[in-house]
Amino acid sequence: ALTREVDDASLDDLEFALLASDIGAPTTNEIIGRLRDRALRQGIASGAELRELLKAEILRILTSVAKPVYAPSNPPEVVMMVGVNGTGKTTTSGKLAALYRREGRSVLLCAADTFRAAAIEQLEVWSQRSGVDLIKTKQGGDPSAALFDAASAAKARATEILLVDTAGRLHTKADLMKELDKMVRTSDKVVPGSPHQTLLVIDATTGQNGLQQARLFTEAAKVTGIVLTKLDGTAKGGIVVAIAHELGLPVRYVGIGEKIEDIIEFDPVAFTESLLG
Amino acid sequence: MFEALSDKLQRSFKNLRGQGTLTDENINDALREIRVALLESDVNLDVARDIIEHIRAKALGSTVATALSPAEQIVKIVRDELMEVLGKDTARFKFASQPPTVILMAGLQGSGKTTTTGKLAAWLKKGGHRPLLVSVDVYRPAAREQLKVVASTVGVQIYEGKLSETTGTADVLRLAKEAFREARNFANDVLIVDTAGRLGIDQALMDEMAQLKKELNPSEILFVADAMTGQDAVNSAKAFNDLLQITGAVLTKMDGDSRGGAALSIRKITGQPIKFLGTGEKPDAFEPFHPDRIVSRILGM
Ligand SMILES: Nc1nc2c(ncn2[C@@H]2O[C@H](COP(=O)(O)OP(=O)(O)OP(=O)(O)O)[C@@H](O)[C@H]2O)c(=O)[nH]1
Ligand SMILES: Nc1nc2c(ncn2[C@@H]2O[C@H](COP(=O)(O)OP(=O)(O)OP(=O)(O)O)[C@@H](O)[C@H]2O)c(=O)[nH]1
Ligand SMILES: [K+]
Ligand SMILES: [Mg+2]
Ligand SMILES: [Mg+2]
Repeated sequence: ALTREVDDASLDDLEFALLASDIGAPTTNEIIGRLRDRALRQGIASGAELRELLKAEILRILTSVAKPVYAPSNPPEVVMMVGVNGTGKTTTSGKLAALYRREGRSVLLCAADTFRAAAIEQLEVWSQRSGVDLIKTKQGGDPSAALFDAASAAKARATEILLVDTAGRLHTKADLMKELDKMVRTSDKVVPGSPHQTLLVIDATTGQNGLQQARLFTEAAKVTGIVLTKLDGTAKGGIVVAIAHELGLPVRYVGIGEKIEDIIEFDPVAFTESLLG
Repeated sequence: MFEALSDKLQRSFKNLRGQGTLTDENINDALREIRVALLESDVNLDVARDIIEHIRAKALGSTVATALSPAEQIVKIVRDELMEVLGKDTARFKFASQPPTVILMAGLQGSGKTTTTGKLAAWLKKGGHRPLLVSVDVYRPAAREQLKVVASTVGVQIYEGKLSETTGTADVLRLAKEAFREARNFANDVLIVDTAGRLGIDQALMDEMAQLKKELNPSEILFVADAMTGQDAVNSAKAFNDLLQITGAVLTKMDGDSRGGAALSIRKITGQPIKFLGTGEKPDAFEPFHPDRIVSRILGM
């Protein structure tokens, strides 16, 4: 039987922590169920040990989906930012441009959000801040045309990385998801095999809807990884555990502020610590 | 995607026939299903627990009405409880006795403040008002340009003003003051102030918000929140409400498939009503809040 210290109450506490972090009931139930079995089998005697087991379990979920980033042998590598409205795509594009520049790589930005008011001007500021060129079209123009121009330019200049900022769209809007699919095909036409990375930008405050976002953006645009933004707030971003568990998508980067340097590579250990902390 | 809650409840009462009484034993499964439904809809854990206890208290001992099955009966109790939390009436909008009425928009980054500012302006204009807009977001790249485009799209006036060399809170307060004067001098009866997104734990920026409130004495302080928000909704809503005493909330991005359980969390933690919903990116995708619709959505039926 469970020892006094590792009783149902302590499992309930851990369950509460997982649910409070937005991991969601289905994934939480699975994790806690497995934890209970292991605790019984191994005769876990202390709450602290149980907690360590739980951390290991979450870590296993997060790291088992990690894949090495595929780098094309010929430039450019096309990286596309996608996601629902207001998650941080444009800001992340700007931060990544600066990050890759700091690493000594050549970068080009593409303003493919031709819809939202002043989205192009916003990316222009990031282009100046990061010292990275920007290819754009006019507001209301065809985003695929902007992407065509940018991919062609990146190819001609042999730019190593092309970062594409796209308009926010809800995954439930078929026409907008089709537009995204068209952009993917345009990219592939100019640079075969691209986009090499499609990063789904998810806001850490996102609740259970995040799973459906990941599902439908993957269907439309073959998402390869997640950027989890706004982790500098009080939200834990636990939905990425459910996304890793159910859809096998890894987290690549984490946004931790609004400044240009506020982006870091995802650290599963630190993330797991703060999830339960 | 989800099995309808009503079906699950039907199943949980399969052993209770006819006009049985709802008892501790026979409602436990049902309450568990309701809890899961609330959590799947992103209702905060503590809020969900409170709600469940209320439902339990109401359900216990209540005799199943002849016309209803036990499942129907509990669904009715759940609905009534959620309606009670959300408040039955659509909230009204407050205007100052002395124009201009000031509306202060507040919220986390990317929640939809600037877009909602435009929607609100269009809505007020349609109601015969002459709103003036001002953006005091001196921080985010192109935030002020964004509001300018939005204002021209909906055909309302904007006070632009000028930024100083060192942008910061001083500029924010000055722009707000200038815009207020402009509204008064040019007979704009409403001034809507769009602010920069900020975290509830950002001391400096939250302090700026308090100073803005003091300066403007707004009639409405609207907390703009994303309908996709999860468990954290209570933290941000509480932080903004503790500091500013918000007068209501706007829940944006309701055109997606999120259940919008954050509405319950925000209402419960602040005591203030959800006043409007954002239902799209265009200026007319905006409607007054109706509690009954969101209750159905949260319960997935
Ligand atoms: N605190 C914090 N704020 C962030 C972070 N990333 C982005 N933001 C802010 O979130 C807001 C939205 O960011 P954007 O980059 O405009 O988001 P977007 O996804 O491009 O938005 P749309 O193009 O309208 O869909 C802005 O106020 C950003 O400054 C982050 O990691 N932390
Ligand atoms: N689908 C949908 N999108 C919305 C809605 N309201 C706002 N948006 C979108 O959400 C994104 C962010 O909206 P903004 O108005 O820029 O948000 P904000 O709160 O002003 O952002 P910051 O100033 O950066 O904090 C934009 O892409 C908007 O078009 C809505 O009701 N539905
Ligand atoms: K958001
Ligand atoms: Mg953007
Ligand atoms: Mg804004």
